Amino acid sequence: MHELSVVMSIIEIATTQMEGADASEIEEIELEIGALSGVEENSFEFAWKQAVRNTPLQNAVRKINHIEGLATCLDCMIDFSITQLYDACPVCGGHFLNIKKGKELKVKSLVVN
Amino acid sequence: MCATCGCSADGSVTMHVPGQENNHDHNHGHDHSHSHGKKIVDVEQDILQQNNLLAERNKGYFDAKNILALNLVSSPGSGKTTLLEKTLADLKGQLTFAVIEGDQQTTNDADRIHATGTKVTQINTGKGCHLDAHMVLHAIQGMKPKNDSVLFIENVGNLVCPAMFDLGEKERVVIISVTEGDDKPLKYPDIFFTSTLCIINKIDLLPYVPFSVEKVKENARKINRNIHIIEVSCTTGAGLQEWYDWLKSKVLAPETV
Repeated sequence: MHELSVVMSIIEIATTQMEGADASEIEEIELEIGALSGVEENSFEFAWKQAVRNTPLQNAVRKINHIEGLATCLDCMIDFSITQLYDACPVCGGHFLNIKKGKELKVKSLVVN
Repeated sequence: MCATCGCSADGSVTMHVPGQENNHDHNHGHDHSHSHGKKIVDVEQDILQQNNLLAERNKGYFDAKNILALNLVSSPGSGKTTLLEKTLADLKGQLTFAVIEGDQQTTNDADRIHATGTKVTQINTGKGCHLDAHMVLHAIQGMKPKNDSVLFIENVGNLVCPAMFDLGEKERVVIISVTEGDDKPLKYPDIFFTSTLCIINKIDLLPYVPFSVEKVKENARKINRNIHIIEVSCTTGAGLQEWYDWLKSKVLAPETV
C-alpha cells in the first residue's frame, strides 16, 4: 500500500500550494499518473477516500490524466507503446528499451478558491 | 524538465488568475465584498519530490563520507538478514560496516546483526510497507556511520512498495530465493527495473524445488538488461565469494568527478 504514501504526498503538496495561493479550499486537482508508475488504481482509490477526509482535498474534484507507456527500442530505434516493463520490441523481440513515457507521477494543477 | 514551459523542475510555481490581474480595480457598479475568487495554480510537481529531495540529501551525506550505501530489497523470507550476518562475519576486519534494519515490528533482525558486533539501527515502520528517505535520514543522524564504510539498508520485506522510494542509496540489490518461483521478476517488475544487482539465494535447495535459474535470469533481463546476477547459498557458502568481490569492487571504485 505505498499508494497511501502517494496520496499523503499529494495532500501535502496540494495544501502547501493552496496556502501559498492565499486560498482556503481546493475545488479541483489534476494529476498525471503513468501506466508504469507503479501506482495500482484500486489501491489508490481506496487510499484516497480514506486519506482526504478533513483535508482541503475532501471535496475536490479529481482529474487523472493517465499516461500510456512509450518505449524506444535501443537496437531498432523505433518507438512503441508498452503496458509492462517486460514488453518486447515488436520488431526484434529485444528488451533493450528506453522508457520515454509512463513513469509520470505528478500534481499538474489545482483550482483553488 | 517541466513539460509546460521547459523550466527546470525545481518546484517553482507560477500563478495565473484568469480574468484578474494584479492591479485591477475591485470597485464596480453594485455593492458586495468578494475575494479574488477561483485561481488555477500550475503545480507541475513530482508527487515523490519530497522523498527525492531527502534522498539527494542522504546521497550527499554518503558521498561526503565515502559511504557505500546499499538498499537491500526482497520479499519476506528470502534470506536478507542471513546473507548480512554471513557477510558481516566473513568480511570482518576487511571492511567497516553499519546496518539499518527496516521491519514493521520487532527488533529481531537488529538483534541478530548486533550479535555480529556491527553497528545497527532498527527502524520499525509500524503499519508502513517500505522505508523512505526521511526515515533513513533520521537513522543515519542517530547512528553516524563511519567514513569509508559500507552501509546496508535492509528494507521492509516487500517487492512492491520499496521500488518507488529512493533512499539515497548508491546501488539497489534485489534478493530472491529459489523457493519463490522463477517468474518473480515478471510479477514484480518495478523492483527489478530499479535494481543493479540481483542475488539468487538458497541455491542449495535447487534439487528440491521446480526453479529454473536460467529462467529467472532471462525474466530479470527482460526487465533490466544490465542487471548483474549472482547465485549464492548462505548455507553452503557457494557464490559468496563472488558477492564479496562485487562488494569490494564497489567500495574500492574511485569516485569519478
